[in-house]
Amino acid sequence: MTHKSLLVADARTKKRNAAERRFKAYGLTAIVVAILALIMLLVSVFGTGASSFRQTYATVTVPLPEDKLDKSGVRDIDVMKKVTTIGYTKLLNEGFENVVIASGIPTELSRKDIGGMLSKEAAATIRDHILANSELVGTEATLDLLMNGRIDGYFKGRVTMESAALDSNTSPEELALAQALKDAGIVHTKFNWAFLTNPDASDQRPEAAGLGVAILGSLYMMIVVLVTSLPIAVAASIYLEEFAPKNRWTDLIEVNISNLAAVPSIVYGILGLAIFINFLELNQSSPLVGGLVLSLMTLPRIIIPARAALKSVPPSIRDAALGVGASKMQSVFHHVLPLAAPGILTGVIIGLGQALGETAPLLLIGMVAFVREYPAAYTPDAGLFGEASTALPVQVYNWTQRADPGFVERASGAIITLLIFLLVMNAVAIFLRRKFERRW
Amino acid sequence: MKDTNMQNPKISAKNVQVYYGDNHAIKDVNVEIADKTVTAFIGPSGCGKSTFLRCLNRMNDTIDICRVTGEIKIDNEDIYDAKVDPVQLRAKVGMVFQKPNPFPKSIYDNVAYGPKIHGLARNKAELDEIVEKALRKAALWNEAKDRLNSPGTGLSGGQQQRLCIARAIATAPEVLLMDEPCSALDPIATAQVEELIDELRQSYSVVIVTHSMQQAARVSQKTAFFHLGNLVEYDDTTKIFTNPDDPRTESYISGRIG
Ligand SMILES: Nc1ncnc2c1ncn2[C@@H]1O[C@H](COP(=O)(O)OP(=O)(O)OP(=O)(O)O)[C@@H](O)[C@H]1O
Ligand SMILES: [Mg+2]
Repeated sequence: MTHKSLLVADARTKKRNAAERRFKAYGLTAIVVAILALIMLLVSVFGTGASSFRQTYATVTVPLPEDKLDKSGVRDIDVMKKVTTIGYTKLLNEGFENVVIASGIPTELSRKDIGGMLSKEAAATIRDHILANSELVGTEATLDLLMNGRIDGYFKGRVTMESAALDSNTSPEELALAQALKDAGIVHTKFNWAFLTNPDASDQRPEAAGLGVAILGSLYMMIVVLVTSLPIAVAASIYLEEFAPKNRWTDLIEVNISNLAAVPSIVYGILGLAIFINFLELNQSSPLVGGLVLSLMTLPRIIIPARAALKSVPPSIRDAALGVGASKMQSVFHHVLPLAAPGILTGVIIGLGQALGETAPLLLIGMVAFVREYPAAYTPDAGLFGEASTALPVQVYNWTQRADPGFVERASGAIITLLIFLLVMNAVAIFLRRKFERRW
Repeated sequence: MKDTNMQNPKISAKNVQVYYGDNHAIKDVNVEIADKTVTAFIGPSGCGKSTFLRCLNRMNDTIDICRVTGEIKIDNEDIYDAKVDPVQLRAKVGMVFQKPNPFPKSIYDNVAYGPKIHGLARNKAELDEIVEKALRKAALWNEAKDRLNSPGTGLSGGQQQRLCIARAIATAPEVLLMDEPCSALDPIATAQVEELIDELRQSYSVVIVTHSMQQAARVSQKTAFFHLGNLVEYDDTTKIFTNPDDPRTESYISGRIG
């Protein structure tokens, strides 16, 4: 065959090049779509959720008369505890009204309405403060107290004068007063540490709801998952890949592991309910049970990439080690495992990431429970992992069920926190992988 | 085939058969390999040279489908005896593979690994000495002495092969199996390795697989010619290359089978 000029592309070449260009265009389109979807997700989550990291507070000076707060007169804590938040609410209303009067802002609102602009949580805040500092009784205390969710929403643009007019929980007058107080510097917005440290709060007070328990719950569950599934998964994959004889049984196990990785996660919840709660009688809703259930789910998802990583180590390395008289075990632990470590690590992080975001199995073991107080488990002197807790994704689910629009913002804020968790985990993985990665 | 019974063979194989599944790769091979001698295995590709070599240190154990029958004795001990630990055997019978396979570690660690796991050095100084001696013997010292801590995989193919040789001799084996050790080397490195092999003969029994007739003729005292899994002829190298008994050997060395 005689070739034509190389300067002119022939028909076949043109066709091939066109096919290649089309393929590249498809790939590029797919990536652009993916990036757009990611941007949309981030914009919507951060758009609604970022504001949950800022919160509106009022600086209030509260009178603390001894005759109301301490009938004993000797600061006997047990006597002082008899005064409920209702008693403190009265003082709070009085104090806040005084602040408003002192600022010289004219208002027609009653003392009760003015006090109502503060969060229902504020009375509990001041009560805890006084019980912890009983010497303050008889004087007065100046504190930053939470404003209620509507006022907070007004400063974040969620609540408007029009919507307030239709809302039985607030009124345009209250919003106007709040605005004037803000201009006077009495009401201010600051970084919301409480969002990261507070436990959940009831339906009426989204402004006080925080992720503290959920973050700790998720953290403890991740520790349980890491401690149980990592060694088991690595040991199982090393055994299956390097030591197990290739026969019908190992084939069966292999097929089963692949199937388990594809089992819907809610099934693991049922399994966990049956084994850990009904049979072993561990505490319902506890991070220990949650972690164990997630470990079951994560195990096959780590074993599969770990085996792939071990398989990808060239056999010549094993021969080399055996050839100088290393035992099978030495060849695996001195040579194969270090080379497979980056791959195994990637699998572990992906598995942990999935476990972190998993909701369904946790609902079944009762982690959806409303946890108002820090569980005693999180105080240093109680046994860890034992008591009812919640977790980040469950908290998101939980908050999206609530009626008050303030919780929409909270739910998005919780998603942001979850994403930051994932980001940190991935960063750690990348760091470790860099550290382990070796040139061939 | 001429009977080649020796006085005191280092290795003696009787009726060795090797199967890969249904593939009968080595057919009833009987051979005795002398101590302090270089024995060359030659033969066309796929005739079973590597397979037989790997029987001698039981590297075939790592291949699931591989089955070895017959008897192989080293120093009159049956290496396929149930009591023999292949790990101990491989410390005594070192191997250099067809393809260079250094560990992805530093040059120093590559050579030091064997001595370390066998406890051949009591301290760092002794280990350093072993490493230097091994690298010198493998004719790599001059190129490697300034970069002992750089990765062994960063060396050229020929240097890597010499590193593997250094690694094998660092564990002080009694028998050294070399599977085409020079196939990746240039003529100068080849000459160095051949010199090394000649030197190793003083203390070891060396078995070398090679595709180069000239190499077999240069370095070996005994030569075995394999063909289609059979050991066709085994005799003194000079005899094989000047006056072979079997017509197949004759045609292979003159380039008609291959
Ligand atoms: N791991 C293995 N699994 C199955 N069959 C194998 C394996 N290794 C070798 N064989 C078969 O055994 C026979 C002998 O192979 P071997 O590698 O010993 O040949 P060789 O003489 O070393 O060839 P070369 O000179 O090309 O290296 C061949 O038919 C080959 O297909
Ligand atoms: Mg070969």
